[in-house]
Amino acid sequence: MTDYEHYEAIVVGAGPGGAAAAATFANYGIETLVLERGVEAGSKNVSGGLIYAEESAPYTIDDLFPGFREEAAERPITTYRIHNIAGSKVESFDLTRLHEHDTEWSDAVLRRKMDSWLAERVHERTREAGGGLLTDVHVNGLLREDGKIVGITTDELDPITADVIVAADGVNSELARDAGLMDWDEPEEWFQGVKAVVDMPADVIADRFDVGEDEGAAHLFSGDLFSGVRGGGFLYTNRESLSLGTVFHLDSLVAERAEPHELLDAMLTHPLLGQWLDEDYTEVEYSAKLVPDSKKVALREPHFGRLMVVGDAAGQMQAQGPIIKGMNHAVSAGALAAEAYAQAKSRNSPEDAGTLYAKKLKREGVMQKLRPQGYELMRGITERDSVTDLVDSVLTSSVGRFGVRALSGQLERLYNTPALSSMIPDTRTPYVTLPTVIAEELGTRIRETNDVSPPDLEARIENLTYDTDIGNPHITVLDNSFEASGAAVSACPVSAVDFGGGCYREEFVRTNGSEERVVSLDTQPCVECGTCAVVADTEWTHPRGGKGVEFNQG
Amino acid sequence: MHTVVLTKGVPDFREGQVSFDEDGHLERGKTPTVMNPNDQFALEAALQTRVRHGGRVSVMSMGPPGYKEVLQEAMESVYADDLFLVSDREMAAADTWATAITLSAGIEKLGEPDIVFAGFKTADGETGHTGPQANWCLDMPLVTHVISLDVDEDEGILRAKRLVEGDIEEIETVETSLPAFVVTDPEFAPSYRSAGDRLTLKDLREETKARAENYEDHLTVWDHTDVNLDPDYIGLDGSPTIVSSVDPIPKAPAEREATMVDPDDSEAMDDVLEAMQSALAGDAAAAGGD
Repeated sequence: MTDYEHYEAIVVGAGPGGAAAAATFANYGIETLVLERGVEAGSKNVSGGLIYAEESAPYTIDDLFPGFREEAAERPITTYRIHNIAGSKVESFDLTRLHEHDTEWSDAVLRRKMDSWLAERVHERTREAGGGLLTDVHVNGLLREDGKIVGITTDELDPITADVIVAADGVNSELARDAGLMDWDEPEEWFQGVKAVVDMPADVIADRFDVGEDEGAAHLFSGDLFSGVRGGGFLYTNRESLSLGTVFHLDSLVAERAEPHELLDAMLTHPLLGQWLDEDYTEVEYSAKLVPDSKKVALREPHFGRLMVVGDAAGQMQAQGPIIKGMNHAVSAGALAAEAYAQAKSRNSPEDAGTLYAKKLKREGVMQKLRPQGYELMRGITERDSVTDLVDSVLTSSVGRFGVRALSGQLERLYNTPALSSMIPDTRTPYVTLPTVIAEELGTRIRETNDVSPPDLEARIENLTYDTDIGNPHITVLDNSFEASGAAVSACPVSAVDFGGGCYREEFVRTNGSEERVVSLDTQPCVECGTCAVVADTEWTHPRGGKGVEFNQG
Repeated sequence: MHTVVLTKGVPDFREGQVSFDEDGHLERGKTPTVMNPNDQFALEAALQTRVRHGGRVSVMSMGPPGYKEVLQEAMESVYADDLFLVSDREMAAADTWATAITLSAGIEKLGEPDIVFAGFKTADGETGHTGPQANWCLDMPLVTHVISLDVDEDEGILRAKRLVEGDIEEIETVETSLPAFVVTDPEFAPSYRSAGDRLTLKDLREETKARAENYEDHLTVWDHTDVNLDPDYIGLDGSPTIVSSVDPIPKAPAEREATMVDPDDSEAMDDVLEAMQSALAGDAAAAGGD
């Protein structure tokens, strides 16, 4: 054991959670090593993305990193609207009140720029305390001695021991899975998002979105434009680009055999978007990401021995109707984990750090946001299929429609009620049925035309940057039968039925006169979202450090 | 630990950079000078030693004043601390022997470095003599074709893996006392398996950024008097090599007789088939010659 290199703290992953943890460790003078697998922090990260600074939060990103908003963020979001869509009819509600509830500020961000800026600050500060930040290092597991976690193992370095390890290694955390805290079993527990970053000069943004230099707009989309798949779309304004994306419940994507890129295209080409996009549509980057549903997977005790888990790795992603908050919670959690360790250590019981961290998450109200009681209480009733069917049939009936019309003056207010948002059940009612009925009954027909022709999947993949680890695929299909792994062919954001250039393909193999339906995998175009780890039977790891996809926007 | 790396500026032989005149002679004036590509491995070996054991890396070259930029490139690529250019009209047109004498005098002036690194032959001369000959003057243990190395500072020992006869199939591990002279093989690969080493590397990169911009502040130029050399023993006068003539490599004799055939001309195609058949028959007869 004495032979291993040792740091007091190791932080795995240099996203906002890891950065917050590392900066906090450094504030306590704790020697901290930060390991990031991308060629640069942010090169593996994708988010919608809006980052919030909540008034009630114990830590915010600009508390920890002064200058963050000026240097690392895009536009502050000053207009926030949701559009209920049925065909070409749209009824829009202003959600600025909901958006501003408990919000100190909220900015659009692009992760490559944001995370790489954070990483520079983190390196400077951790270096002072004897540690530092390294990129291109893939932490692939936990180092154990006598069954106890004592450190980490990597593809690039010899094993390293630490007194405390913070896993901030994202939604597909290999450390949380190595510790048995997370799995990839149930599609119901995950969302999948895909996103296009689209070029748009600042003056055009100002003109089309009616925003000033330091203003920005956020638009959400729900209704019948996504072929009944449960989820919605978003549009955020950056400084000189737009982030346009869609997020769906993974189980719903699988059930409908929907192609994520086609659902994104359905939004991009909808007449409503014609007011913002035109035939000059230039997509800079296509990306995808798996998103944990904190209501179901946020760990109540996100720790095990010396390991503490923060951010997406711990399921800390709040997606409750129009409330979509992840990075802010990762920041709180990262800082709280580091603080918990420092305090436990000063009481000569560093082994209590994990328990203290979990207590802090509850005491500071983070856990209540991630796992709202209202949802816990209601889901037993509201998520039963029979109840959904009943509610939907009432809503779509003349009675329901009358109700929607009668409530027309109140609906916007209801949508702006945080407590209601937190109770929204995971059924088609709030995602599809209700917005559709609202648009049908109250909506206005959009006369605008939309001249966008989005690039096809092949062009989108071609436009991405890869450093393929040739001969060393990071995903292996364990069962290639179509029953076990076929769902990946459509659910994978860079695969599609009848598309030969993607990760997953359907194939028919003839053996002894009978024909077998199987899937084959080529990880070259992989965007490392983790979808296939959930919907197919795979052995899934991240690529080695610096290898695989490199997002330039994120 | 103090290491010295020997490097040389060579014509940039990459396509699009290099230019030749009508007679096939290299046009030096039109071809940019770059650091000899094989020297990169020597520099990386020195950097690895510096990262693991601390100390200082000096880079030295003999050549015209224009080599300064080559030295700057060396500084940027491996974070060298100081640069030395041994440069003098008296040194012009030196062969490998005279160059080796000059460089060894430069190294001796630097004191007694722990390791001197050289790359495996230059892209222009291709002899591979200069390093070992310089060491003949310095009289240190010499290890060539090194693909990896480690230093045991306490024992004052260098352990290296080297290719036997330059063959990747045959690798031996050798051990020598320090100071030593090391010639790296193009198969040399540095290894940084500890986080501490990689953090040091990152620090060095940061430090070098500022240093490389003002590289001339870290550059020392010596003439023959500085290194105490008699002009008779350096440059053209000190070069025992006599080049009797230089012949361009003859072009491959590809001027075979060729006939263009239109694939739609069936008569001509018949002739082609016939010619092929007879050629194949001839081959078969030759093969069945026993």
